[in-house]
Amino acid sequence: MPIDRDRALALVIPDRTVTVERGALRAFAQATGDDRPASHEVAAARGDGAPDLRVPPTYFFSLELFAPDPFGFLSDLDIDLRHVLHGEQHFEYFTSCHAGDELTLRSRITDVTAKKGGPMELLTKETDVHRGDAPVARMRTVLVVRNPAGSAA
Amino acid sequence: MTEQLTAGPRTAPTVRLEPGQELPALALPPITRTTLALFAGASGDHNPIHIDLDAARSAGLDDVFAHGMLSMAYLGRLLTSYVPQQRIRSFGARFVAITPVHARPTCRATVVSIRNGIAALELRVELADGTTTMTGHAEVDVTIDPHTDGGE
Repeated sequence: MPIDRDRALALVIPDRTVTVERGALRAFAQATGDDRPASHEVAAARGDGAPDLRVPPTYFFSLELFAPDPFGFLSDLDIDLRHVLHGEQHFEYFTSCHAGDELTLRSRITDVTAKKGGPMELLTKETDVHRGDAPVARMRTVLVVRNPAGSAA
Repeated sequence: MTEQLTAGPRTAPTVRLEPGQELPALALPPITRTTLALFAGASGDHNPIHIDLDAARSAGLDDVFAHGMLSMAYLGRLLTSYVPQQRIRSFGARFVAITPVHARPTCRATVVSIRNGIAALELRVELADGTTTMTGHAEVDVTIDPHTDGGE
């Protein structure tokens, strides 16, 4: 069963506001093998010219996942998470972000297309990240959905 | 190209990139199941297909496989170890092959052009067996300016 395109494009994904936490940034650095002092110690980050620990380039993607049900939009569209692959990820950066920042993420599904020659569909989600009124980053996620909803594994 | 550089104590380091230049590659140790468990927790991506063998098998796979975003985070490390992070304007990736457990990724970045103060880089993650798992691109601002990081 293909993804219901109209339903996907109309789906309201609630805004999320999150505070970037130092401890979580340290855990992310540790999990990605980043042992640079500026990724762990506030004093080192400041010595490096930042006001606090920096939000690393891909971390905005994680901010959206720190939610009770981060994949809820998939279940809303009857998409089985096990059939989803991450196809593409893009970030644009407008300014730096740091621990302590309160960031708001606004997401929407912007496209659903069938991939030629196979039982796959591509779902594109775009997210704007703001600090107060100021845009700080934008991201675009393309998910590859195999055997879209309805087929048993 | 515009104003005079007035270097203060917190001036961002000058970025010296040239077309054709390869940044030093970042070779990672083998990806273990522990790596995946820690990354699942720290990245917020709890999709069981990366950490739970039962879930992977129920989806018809032989084993769990690494998060694409783990490879992209490694590439981010490569970039930010070479250019000041606040100079990065964009960073994108296509995940073209799965990264199996125990794989040893190497991240590579090459400067392909510099136009209007923006360096375009081509990015790649490949495994020890030669498989390319990720291709990507980044844009880095290489204009010299005295602005400090952060406060913008």
